[in-house]
Amino acid sequence: MSDIDARHPLDFDAPRFGIKKPEVRYDKQGDAPDGERAASALRAFMRDMTRSAATYMESCIHCGHCAEACHFYVTSGDPQYTPIWKLEPFKQAYQREAGPFAWLYRTFNLKKEVTAGELREWQELLYDSCTMCGRCTLACPMGIDIAGLVAQARHGMFAAGLVPHELWAVGERAEREGSPLGATPKVLKERIEWLADEHEVEIALDRAEADVLVTLSSIELMKYPASLVALAGILNRMGVSWTFRSDGYEATNFGLFSGNFDWQRDMSLRVINAAIASKAKTLVLPECGHAYGAMRWQGANMLGRPLPFRVLHISEFLAEAVREGRLKLKPMQGTVTFHDPCQVSRRGGATGAPREVLAALGADLREMPPAGDANWCCGGGGGVVTLHRADAHRHRAFEIKMKQIETTGAQRLATSCSNCRLTFDDGQAHYKWDRKMESLLELVAEHLAAPA
Amino acid sequence: MELLEFARGPALALSVAVFVLGLAWRFYSIFRRPVRADYSEPRRSDTVRGGLRAVFTKMLPPRNVKVRGVAMANAYAYHIGLALVAFAFAPHIGFIARHTGVAWPALPDPVTYVATALAIVGLLIALLTRLTDPVLRLLSNFDDYFSWCVTMLPLVTGMALIPIPAQPVWLAIHLLSLELLLLWLPFGKLAHAALVFVSRYRTGADFARKGAAT
Repeated sequence: MSDIDARHPLDFDAPRFGIKKPEVRYDKQGDAPDGERAASALRAFMRDMTRSAATYMESCIHCGHCAEACHFYVTSGDPQYTPIWKLEPFKQAYQREAGPFAWLYRTFNLKKEVTAGELREWQELLYDSCTMCGRCTLACPMGIDIAGLVAQARHGMFAAGLVPHELWAVGERAEREGSPLGATPKVLKERIEWLADEHEVEIALDRAEADVLVTLSSIELMKYPASLVALAGILNRMGVSWTFRSDGYEATNFGLFSGNFDWQRDMSLRVINAAIASKAKTLVLPECGHAYGAMRWQGANMLGRPLPFRVLHISEFLAEAVREGRLKLKPMQGTVTFHDPCQVSRRGGATGAPREVLAALGADLREMPPAGDANWCCGGGGGVVTLHRADAHRHRAFEIKMKQIETTGAQRLATSCSNCRLTFDDGQAHYKWDRKMESLLELVAEHLAAPA
Repeated sequence: MELLEFARGPALALSVAVFVLGLAWRFYSIFRRPVRADYSEPRRSDTVRGGLRAVFTKMLPPRNVKVRGVAMANAYAYHIGLALVAFAFAPHIGFIARHTGVAWPALPDPVTYVATALAIVGLLIALLTRLTDPVLRLLSNFDDYFSWCVTMLPLVTGMALIPIPAQPVWLAIHLLSLELLLLWLPFGKLAHAALVFVSRYRTGADFARKGAAT
């Protein structure tokens, strides 16, 4: 006995030239009519049509090289995951509204208006299928920064109310509560008290002033709390004047991921204002990739002026301390490979820092082919790990990572991003893989040299 | 007016004017867009060097990132072929010298014939790839195919001029095909010949500021 879903009528007469794909799920926010959604998206697209964006929009030669750099294309072979194709509505809007021949395109309708239907279709391409890892930028012979454009195109999607539900929900929660995972200031205080007690380590919180303001990713607080203990242990050993602050501790930025510029600014300003209030000279960002991009390279632009303090990723902070002899480490045993978080290495420019730390650990580093700036993304960045509907897609992409790591033959795996770690843990569970991703920060804490 | 006279006179003047003004307009349209101030503390200050470096390094295949090897090798072949036949063939240098007064030594004719063959075969392979590869088929539009045609036409019509003495009508057609190329170049993807410097420079400079690789 077979029940037929009446929404999809049987059609025995249609030619069987291909298999029709199942409908893609898309989410929406609000009840705005389609016309209004499209108009809102267009306004947001236009706000982002800067000189750089226009240069890139004009420059694509449709060569397709970017496809080979994308883990989602490589593991699926589906041409729609070609990175530049993910920007098609953004390009279309540019050519029709802002390009050099826009009036021609409009007058003769050579480029159609971007519709809400197209945006719905592109939701999967702009969110589920792009970690904004920027490998495609390296591959592009014209140098088009596709990942940067995807971040901008997401602004239009948010304005249209067409954001995947999970991303919207965690972004909204982060805006309202100060953390995407429920790590409110109250939870932070309780957890820090508990960790300090449990591990007998002093964890500074809400000191009025400190040289170093330390931030965290709530993934660490909720899932990898040992990282915070490790951090406190290292900073205490170094004798640094430091603190967490309950009015600015969350370094993740789901405003950036979801495409809401206002949320992004609010989230960045919380941390910036906390750093200013504590008269910090240095703001240390946690093991989190996008937090680095959001604060190191965009934070000052959220404030509208240069930041009155330095911004360092924790791996940069550790590398500097090692370099200046303020942090002494014991050698570690065995071989290790390092997974570069895309936003810190390739797109952040701090590729050398973790390697400096690993060298100080005397690590026998076995680099992945390729490593460093050309490293493959874990598949979970850009908010993708948040989207359950993208799981199958992401797991496929993760196969590249597993192969890369197996090739090195390294005994231990380390990274410097809790979001990558989360993606690895999920991939490990999915494939019943016997490898465990570790934190560089925790490795350092394990190998602190005894005080002289 | 004879066809050749037309091709050498008003058609040439018009196509060059459209070429120059069209490209200027395209660049103006890009440069009139707003620029956002970047207040982040640069990791490196040699952004101009980074930009110029990217213009040149991106001529080479990317390091450690696999791209479409055959397509890239073919692209080198027809770009080099086109450059040689356009700018190193004695009659072409003569043509440019007559109009601008600037001349340079030519390559021997047989070399430019090989270059022409390289360009023609390369362009044919490029078209076949575009028609058969699923990624390229998805990305391609009118611009891709029309640009291919206007690039191929001067090569094919030039071949008709190889038998000596050349027929004036073929010379006119060859010249007109070049003029079509000049007329179209500012409007479509062929403008990448000029845009390549701007887009590579932009990324090179921005990424150098961050200390990131391009």
